[in-house]
Amino acid sequence: MSYVFLQHYWWFLISLLGALLVFLMFVQGGNSMLFEIGKDETEVSMLVNSTGRKWELAFTTLVTFGGAFFASFPLFYSTSFGGAYWLWMIILFTFIFQAVSYEFQSSPGNLTGRRVYRIFLIINGIVAPLLIGVAVATFFTGSGFYVNKAHIFSGDMPVISSWASRWHGLEALANIWNLVFGLAVLFLVRVLGILYFINNVKSNEIYKRSRRKLVPNFISFLVFFIAFLVHILSGYGFAVETAGGTVFMEKFKYLHNFMNMPPVSAIFVVGVLAVLYGVVRTLYVSAYVKGIWFAGAGTILAVTALLLCAGFANTSYYPSTVDLQSSLTIFNSSSSFLTLKVMFYVSLLIPIVAGYIYRTWRAMDKNGISPEEQKENGGY
Amino acid sequence: MDASLIDWSRAQFAMTAAYHWIFVPLTLGLSLIMAVAETVYYRTGKPEWKKYAKFWIKLFAVNFAVGIATGLILEFEFGTNWSNYSWFVGDIFGAPLAIEGIAAFFMEAAFVVVMLFGWKKVSRGFHLASTWLVFAGATLSAWWILVANAWMQDPVGVTFNPDTMRNEMTDFAAVALSPVAVNKFFHTVFSAWILGSAFVIGVSCWFLLKKRNVHFSVSSIKIAGWTGIVAAILSVVSGDGSAFQVSDRQPMKLASMEALYDGGNGVGLIALGAPYVRKTGSDTTEGFYFKLNFPQMLSVLATRNINGYVPGINDILKGGYELPDGRTALSAKEKMRRGRKALDALAEYHVFKKSGDEKGMLETRDTLLQNMRYFGYGYIKDPAELVPDVPLLFYSFRIMVILGIYFILFFIYILAYAYRENRFATQRGLQRIGVFTLPLAYIAGMAGWVVAEVGRQPWAIQDLLPVIAASSNLDVASVKLSFFIFLLIFTVLFIAATGIMLNIIRKGPEDDAGGVVKTIK
Ligand code: HDD
Ligand code: HEM
Ligand code: HEM
Repeated sequence: MSYVFLQHYWWFLISLLGALLVFLMFVQGGNSMLFEIGKDETEVSMLVNSTGRKWELAFTTLVTFGGAFFASFPLFYSTSFGGAYWLWMIILFTFIFQAVSYEFQSSPGNLTGRRVYRIFLIINGIVAPLLIGVAVATFFTGSGFYVNKAHIFSGDMPVISSWASRWHGLEALANIWNLVFGLAVLFLVRVLGILYFINNVKSNEIYKRSRRKLVPNFISFLVFFIAFLVHILSGYGFAVETAGGTVFMEKFKYLHNFMNMPPVSAIFVVGVLAVLYGVVRTLYVSAYVKGIWFAGAGTILAVTALLLCAGFANTSYYPSTVDLQSSLTIFNSSSSFLTLKVMFYVSLLIPIVAGYIYRTWRAMDKNGISPEEQKENGGY
Repeated sequence: MDASLIDWSRAQFAMTAAYHWIFVPLTLGLSLIMAVAETVYYRTGKPEWKKYAKFWIKLFAVNFAVGIATGLILEFEFGTNWSNYSWFVGDIFGAPLAIEGIAAFFMEAAFVVVMLFGWKKVSRGFHLASTWLVFAGATLSAWWILVANAWMQDPVGVTFNPDTMRNEMTDFAAVALSPVAVNKFFHTVFSAWILGSAFVIGVSCWFLLKKRNVHFSVSSIKIAGWTGIVAAILSVVSGDGSAFQVSDRQPMKLASMEALYDGGNGVGLIALGAPYVRKTGSDTTEGFYFKLNFPQMLSVLATRNINGYVPGINDILKGGYELPDGRTALSAKEKMRRGRKALDALAEYHVFKKSGDEKGMLETRDTLLQNMRYFGYGYIKDPAELVPDVPLLFYSFRIMVILGIYFILFFIYILAYAYRENRFATQRGLQRIGVFTLPLAYIAGMAGWVVAEVGRQPWAIQDLLPVIAASSNLDVASVKLSFFIFLLIFTVLFIAATGIMLNIIRKGPEDDAGGVVKTIK
């Protein structure tokens, strides 16, 4: 096991965790349409309980994504979180409310009544995917920061990473392409949410309304996603010289990356096709309810490939637009060899974790959500 | 570096951690008791025990949600507010956090759903296993976060790499199994069991005061009483272990906990007293408005020897006394000098590196590594910075220890009565004590964390990195604003969670409409 292998391995895992997070944000996507799809108390309650059986997984994936990023690429952790402070803070605020809203919304004595908590779910459902998308888009569009390790010994201000903009992350919202990608993520998770409802909620009304929502959301996703894709593939990317690690701008960098890494391109294409298949088949075959599995697996594949494209093949995954040489690569921002190696062994636990998640998921989703089910098993 | 930026960042982290610690110990303690209750149901098949287990699980669920919400923020605050720290020690510190996510949090997340909503979907055995796995996941997560915290108190298993300019892990086992981590884990988890037991007893006593749910209450008190008595005894034992480790690795923390300015041999432990902050050095006043001493006990606690030498705050700053390993203690000034030497050597190292001077690199590297254990002192401007808040530590430590002894007596007494159901049901005084002990358990745990964390000041990582060098480069206004936003959010959540739990308690265990149910209306 070489250092370089481990750096790649960990970037792969980070990409995979990021992709799993996007998939599991079907919870957010579904919540963002609570009152659009659910028209009365019974229906809204079914929707809340449908995503409510899965929110912990989405949340824990976010937590683990953060922890794994911290352990494997700590310079990213310190530069991005300490710099794009407000962007991340807003994301965190919405997750605080999400975490308590399920449990609180239906409990007597909850201070505000259930509607407020459901509105929190909707806010988290919209804001979190949008802003997480914006944050991820900066992996391609860059952010304004300086990294200078010499600050460690230069006395008064020993902080090595500093952010150029006083807006501390909010400036990312001023870049149209970041927004475009954010919207693509938002509409993608809404599509996934719809497909999940179709699969999981046993109600004709919800089924019909969900299907009606599918087309507009899917088309919006396609438009924003294709726009972003064309933009990055046809534009400049942040390339790194093999020897010396100097960062420079290269025309068609991300296109080249896809061309130079056929397996990554293959994963990407298969992923996109699977998403298409899941959605289109759901649209055309009215008895078909398994679209979420194709679209979900496709999302995981496509997002993983996209993130691999941002980090592999001598690319800077977290580029700085104000000081190109401050840009982060998987080589200059990673943990030490030993840490990555120890973590490699820890990561071998992942199949076991995946195994029991599968087992419990199956057990809990056996019958789907319906008013009778909730009466029998209890719910939020 | 702007001092008020550091203060606001500290305040924000401390506030988030403190809110997390309101909910987490109940998660750890109550999950044990509800799992035991469900086990009783599993073995006896008595339906009332299912109700009892469900009642505690319902309360657990509310508490758990807020614990998770506050924990997420803490994790990301390492990056947002302590970014330099995250880079400087991320190599060691990030690993336990990641392992916590992979190994512990997923376990909780997957099985908690089965525990809450799976009563009729899985077999009784599977359900019981899920409840125990929620307990296991929570406890495992405590392990890893405490490994991380213990490492901040006693940074073992690392070497500084001058090329990457950060600390790198050289020995994972030393980090994951450090004696401080092991002891910290047991002490903290036992303290959480005390809280869980006190919670169950408090709620049950409230029912008894209201003359309702007598069988439920007395049965619960039996389980909690046994859990509590074991935990209380072990927490005193492990707390003594903590104090011993502190004296060995963080003598300044110990001296401050005792408000011991001038140390010596055979020093007494102050049972009660009121210290004031003394100017260090020339000030030779007593330092106490009044005090009550256990002769020689502090020496025993710190050195396991009745005549052992315990250095005071002034001794530590002045140096010159003999350390347990035979070396002579350095003065604070000397440590600061060596720390600056390390920082300067690092700077020169990089000058030589640029010019390709290998001999110079080797020399400066040597100087750096020789002085590395004082690296953090290079950032210290005045020895007075090295003294933490003495009265706060003194009182917090005393509150924890006095309550620790009180809990042992309390649980013994409660248990003795719990086995005479009829008498317990009429002991109003005892029932009231049971209710009032609950807040005491919260106070003891919080006081313990104040001892541990405030006592570490000014260090983020003991001797390696002071808080002034750990922060992010932010403007004070941003951190101030986020502080108040968090304060508001957490306070609202705290009030809402308390309201909901009181409601659940008022309804009591007979409301058996399903897991955490509020059926659809
Ligand atoms: C119910 C709670 C509770 C009780 C009764 C005690 N403790 Fe404690 N103590 C804690 C809850 C706690 C804690 C919250 O778990 C802490 C905070 C940090 C830690 O490691 O554990 C802690 C920390 C802590 C520390 C600081 C460790 C450090 O700085 O790293 C010491 C020296 C002690 N304890 C000693 C004691 C002694 C001698 C006790 C009994 C007589 C005692 N504790 C009872
Ligand atoms: C959950 C229980 C905890 C409580 C109540 C708590 C309390 C506190 C307090 C009061 C401070 C401020 C100290 C001061 O500025 O004087 C603080 C700071 C801090 N604590 Fe904790 N702490 C807890 C757990 C932890 C754990 C488990 C870690 C690490 C894994 C940790 C890491 C830190 C850091 C990084 C700071 C900021 C730097 C510093 O002030 O030293 N804390 N905590
Ligand atoms: C200051 C450092 C800490 C950080 C960064 C932290 C981080 C977290 C995070 C991210 C979660 C949510 C996990 C999820 O999604 O399921 C969480 C929950 C939890 N943490 Fe912490 N934590 C800290 C301190 C502690 C301490 C000191 C303990 C116990 C000794 C602890 C024990 C737990 C437990 C048992 C949970 C489960 C949820 C709950 O209790 O409600 N944590 N923590």
